[in-house]
Amino acid sequence: MTALSSALQYLTGQLRQIGLFIALIVIIIFFQITTNGITLAPINVSNLIVQNSYILILAVGMVMVIIAGHIDLSVGSVVAFVGAMAGVMITQWHMPWWLAIIACLILGAVVGMWQGFWIAYFGIPSFIVTLAGMLTFRGLTQIALQNQQISPFPDEFRALGSGFLPDLGGGASLLEPLTVIIGVLATAAMVYADIRGRASRRKHFLEDEPFPWFLLKLVFTSALVLLITYLLASYRGTPIVLIVMGVLMVGYSAVMANSVWGRHIYAIGGNAHAAELSGVNTRRVSFTLFINMGVLSALAGLVFTAQLNLANPKAGDGFELDAIAAVFIGGAAVTGGIGTVVGAIIGGLIIGILNNGMSILGVGTEYQQLIKGLVLLAAVAFDVFNKRRAKAATK
Amino acid sequence: MTSTILDMRTITKTFPGVKALQDVSLEVQRGQVHAICGENGAGKSTLMKVLSGVYPSGSFDGDIYFEDKLCEFKDIKSSEAAGIVIIHQELALSPYLSIAENIFLGNEISTRGFVDWNKTNLEASKLLARVGLNDHPTTKVADLGVGKQQLVEIAKALSKQVKLLILDEPTAALNDGDSANLLNLIKHFQQQGITSIMISHKLNEIKAVADKVTIIRDGRTIETLDMHADDISEERIIKGMVGRDLDNRYPEHTPRIGAELLRVEDWTVHHPVDQSRQVVKGVSLAVHAGEIVGIAGLMGAGRTELAMSIFGHSYGAKISGRVYKEGVEIQTNSVAAAIRHGIAYATEDRKRYGLNLLDNIMRNVSGAALQKLSRWGWVDGNRERLVADGFRKSMNIKAPNVAAVTGKLSGGNQQKVVLSKWMFADPDVLILDEPTRGIDVGAKYEIYTIINKLADEGKGIVVISSELPELLGICDRIYTLAEGRITADVPRESATAEHLMQFMTQAKDQDAE
Repeated sequence: MTALSSALQYLTGQLRQIGLFIALIVIIIFFQITTNGITLAPINVSNLIVQNSYILILAVGMVMVIIAGHIDLSVGSVVAFVGAMAGVMITQWHMPWWLAIIACLILGAVVGMWQGFWIAYFGIPSFIVTLAGMLTFRGLTQIALQNQQISPFPDEFRALGSGFLPDLGGGASLLEPLTVIIGVLATAAMVYADIRGRASRRKHFLEDEPFPWFLLKLVFTSALVLLITYLLASYRGTPIVLIVMGVLMVGYSAVMANSVWGRHIYAIGGNAHAAELSGVNTRRVSFTLFINMGVLSALAGLVFTAQLNLANPKAGDGFELDAIAAVFIGGAAVTGGIGTVVGAIIGGLIIGILNNGMSILGVGTEYQQLIKGLVLLAAVAFDVFNKRRAKAATK
Repeated sequence: MTSTILDMRTITKTFPGVKALQDVSLEVQRGQVHAICGENGAGKSTLMKVLSGVYPSGSFDGDIYFEDKLCEFKDIKSSEAAGIVIIHQELALSPYLSIAENIFLGNEISTRGFVDWNKTNLEASKLLARVGLNDHPTTKVADLGVGKQQLVEIAKALSKQVKLLILDEPTAALNDGDSANLLNLIKHFQQQGITSIMISHKLNEIKAVADKVTIIRDGRTIETLDMHADDISEERIIKGMVGRDLDNRYPEHTPRIGAELLRVEDWTVHHPVDQSRQVVKGVSLAVHAGEIVGIAGLMGAGRTELAMSIFGHSYGAKISGRVYKEGVEIQTNSVAAAIRHGIAYATEDRKRYGLNLLDNIMRNVSGAALQKLSRWGWVDGNRERLVADGFRKSMNIKAPNVAAVTGKLSGGNQQKVVLSKWMFADPDVLILDEPTRGIDVGAKYEIYTIINKLADEGKGIVVISSELPELLGICDRIYTLAEGRITADVPRESATAEHLMQFMTQAKDQDAE
């Protein structure tokens, strides 16, 4: 096999990932042109990140649930419920904001235990349990709020949703210095990790990624991070929620790749029987998975409430569908066993940019729904088509 | 009309790389019960699939004459139209539909597109009377036991105006009473002029009902015996089933047998759904260090059920009995506990139970012993890679690297990944269920060598296999299992295929002897 054909073969194997990236870029360029440059304007990029943060947080939890072969339909209601309880705790029980945040995260864990118990130990399919959860937690939200809205929230709490890291330049500099420092450090860390990873794989003769492709990917992702850094720095700096998301993305990617728990999640989704016969405690893994999803839903609920500065009985309506769509656009398999945290985040960004771009263009919500639906269908159809072709090729 | 109802001539069926059937001929007389027997994998089921159109005409060589007409069945529907109905070992009933609905499924009695329920239930009850089933036609199939479900299948066959009824291992899942009942029914049909072909391992059943028996071995017809004309003994049939040369397909091995590692006493397991049925009945066995112990048994004897129930109760219900590890009684009621006690089980069905086919070699190899590679819940990726790559090399797994996805490997290489997984877990006792199923001869030899090596390291190995030559070739001692009971414990020196087959086909009524 020549170097070129082996490189080509490698790239066709990565078609899904490449496709996802290309789709993201094409969509960005398309909107950049049609909105006359508003899409990539600093203020819009900042808004894009802030306004999609809660969906991305949910997508991180959801991709893990879906990899394990489960689903969670209740996350939108849990977002509302936690938001409502945050409102009750802060305005009615006069809890300090930080204590309310901790209490809400614990509440999310309890919600996860409740659902995880029925799924893992009682054996009810997650679709049913979380469908029930969708209704019960919506109901509890309305009870907690007595069908009223709660507003306003203290500034410290609101910072979680819409605050920025302090401006080290005192507002005078052209580019906000702290953001620049964070962006450059993040890029450097990413480049270092990639190069080290490649070196270690090469040492064990595991590397099949052609070098030019590796370089191209590295340059591209670095440029992307630096571009975002530049855009954010020329507006108000780094949104606090971006730091939260960055930590979640890096942390959960590592968990899914390198922790025993993450491995067990993939093993259960890939072949539950085989996992069980290898000594994996499949029930405990499923149970903890839903606790994790509960905590992340609570975090998304806090971010969302903080951003709107409002606890609302109707909050989070349809979030579960956006999160699930993000996961599948991001390349997860419907049958479980396949998917990545980064894929889910890119999937979420694609949906976010579609929403944002179409809103700027003044496309009606009816068409927005239509287009999002078709994008989801196209992404999964592409997957299925790819799989079938790969199967035909090995025969 | 001649007395021959079915004449299959020189049937040859080839799968990629394997000749499943070679010049097989089968002649069945009208109104007789014709048995087909042979070892697992001899080609019996393939032959019946050829006959019933599962493998359509054109996908095999040879001719089928049914009622003196040359038949070219395109699918099951066309063979059923001719009057040939096959009842598979795994029943194909829809559990939440009623008996009557199942009987007429795909063949509904209707007027202008609406089902005529009165007529459906009436016709169904007539058919049920013919098979001797008293249940009401509206009873759900899920509420019936396996024996009665089998009768529903037969009633369904009768509804199709069956002339030739094929029964594939009809009594494999039945208890003794239901089995006797079914055999009587087959005799009864014979009086009504229905011809039957019965595939069976149970020689006493064949002796009881069959007029003729055709023996198939390695995809060829060996002989057809007339059960009335000659005085055919079970030994005579066994000789036909196993009579083949043992050539040099097994590596030389001198065992060094040490102390007892594992002992199982009075192990009884009930079927997980039909809990009244005992699948494993009071089994006791022992494995010593450095010993390769075989378990021989025909399909349905309870081999896999025995192994999986010992391995963390992963099969069965109402399990009773005791397990001793190096003389100390242990509890193995979860897979994790069994692994902790140094017991491992490599499944016979690696695709369903053995591997995560979506994931790569490395993660499958490390899957059963991740704790050995991790600290505080984090896996040491570099060490994992080294370990997996070590197995790839030492086990000769043919893949460019350990990042290759297991779903794309050949059967032999997949099996090596499964073995690597359990070798890495480093158990004391390794139970291998059909370790060479679906693997080519070269890879088999490699796997035998690995088994020998593991025994030399002082592990106790249990090999479950359908292939007697394989057991005779590699085991130091062989237990035979028949209908859930251990019927013999034979040392290698005195084991012959005929001898083992006799114990494997030993039915319950002979236990007292």
